[in-house]
Amino acid sequence: MKHLLSTDGLDRDQAIAILDTADRLKQALLGREVRKLPTLRGRTVITMFYENSTRTRVSFEIAGKWMSADVINVSSSGSSVSKGESLRDTALTLQAAGADCVIVRHPASGAAHRLAGWLKHTNTSVVNAGDGMHEHPTQALLDAATLRDRLGSLDGRRVAIVGDVLHSRVARSNVHLLTTLGAEVTLVAPPTLLPTGVENWPVTVSHEIDSELASQDAVMLLRVQAERMTGGFFPSSREYSIAYGLNERRLKLLPEHAVVLHPGPMLRGMEIASVVADSPQAAITEQVRNGVHVRMAVLYHLLAHEEETA
Amino acid sequence: MASRQRGATDPAGDREILSAGDVARTVARMAHQIIEKTALDAPSAPDVVLMGIPSRGAPLARRLAAKIAEFSGRTVLEGTLDITLYRDDLRRGPTRPLEATKLPEGGIDDKLVVLVDDVLFSGRTIRSALDALRDHGRPRAVQLAVLVDRGHRELPIRADYVGKNLPTSKTEDVVVMLEEFDGRDGVVLK
Repeated sequence: MKHLLSTDGLDRDQAIAILDTADRLKQALLGREVRKLPTLRGRTVITMFYENSTRTRVSFEIAGKWMSADVINVSSSGSSVSKGESLRDTALTLQAAGADCVIVRHPASGAAHRLAGWLKHTNTSVVNAGDGMHEHPTQALLDAATLRDRLGSLDGRRVAIVGDVLHSRVARSNVHLLTTLGAEVTLVAPPTLLPTGVENWPVTVSHEIDSELASQDAVMLLRVQAERMTGGFFPSSREYSIAYGLNERRLKLLPEHAVVLHPGPMLRGMEIASVVADSPQAAITEQVRNGVHVRMAVLYHLLAHEEETA
Repeated sequence: MASRQRGATDPAGDREILSAGDVARTVARMAHQIIEKTALDAPSAPDVVLMGIPSRGAPLARRLAAKIAEFSGRTVLEGTLDITLYRDDLRRGPTRPLEATKLPEGGIDDKLVVLVDDVLFSGRTIRSALDALRDHGRPRAVQLAVLVDRGHRELPIRADYVGKNLPTSKTEDVVVMLEEFDGRDGVVLK
């Protein structure tokens, strides 16, 4: 594998290979004094974040460092981007400076694909860490890893993705990956927060949360992305919370084994009630922990093999 | 393959080096040697931990542990140590899948660790294993047990316990088969 740009292009074998590697890495690091593997010694990983992020950037940085790569963080403020340098020129500069892997987050959908195109004839790998409303593949992989931990296999499991599907790259990446891994996905959202063309996705769509909960093995809540909203998508946050928020009453409608996921950052009291976020069914901190192992696995699959310049 | 004579060459040019019975006897002999060299049956015996290197070192470590328990009455802990992340040739081939790593309860600190592998060849696997061990703790000593030593070392490494010394040419292939993976025990030179 040279790049990780989307879960859409990931087949079942590749996805399972990455998840298995993540499991092994977790096992290899368990209870160790020295949480450092020499595997990527001498390789340079640059994170390029054009949007704010805590967990994804930190998670990639830790992943790279635990595998002994040199990790350099570039953000749009404080770099030449703020002087008007284009994404292409910044990427070519970082490549020329010796980056083996560029991890990019960008507000424009398709930015990572463009980047991979520009770096086509080089050895530099590109990882999409979230591009606009398009994809966020490592988030979907860490969600799948968390669900595998809790539920065993994903084959035949039912997962509901609830909330702002329209603006969510997490939802898109998860729909592809979960279906590839054999799960059945139900999207639950008001019609205003569903993308056009959703009827062609391999999912069931519902506008009503209560009736869906009893049959789910997992519920994934999405943050309402106010920063991407230009119009009125629902009357008020209070109304949204009443109609679609996962509160204590709804938690009881779920089967006992069901897992509650949230990609973060959470808006407690909005899409998820505080008690639910802190309940044993919530796997939100496990998601963050698995995120490091999954990203280590992605770096391993992209960088620890002979070079391919395709 | 009971009918096949040890050392006989079959039509494909494969030569059987150890039969299933030979493998069992060899493992038993190695168990006795480990007991003797580590003075495991003495009152002041050290804590011995057998660490098998996947894939085939892992079941060998389990078998050795069972034999040691049978012969000495002492239980020795065993685990597995995957060395893939410590290899020096990861960038010379396709992505290698990782194998299991499982340390015994209590870890390896101050233990006498015996690394167990099926074939000793260049010594690079053992070099990686020593690096991996170092990240997991500080054993009081490390020894090495291998079923077959086929020569051609590229590093200054030697085994403490050798089941079978087998002179080979570099182009030959030593194949260790174990019940757990291959349905039968045996060692074949191809």
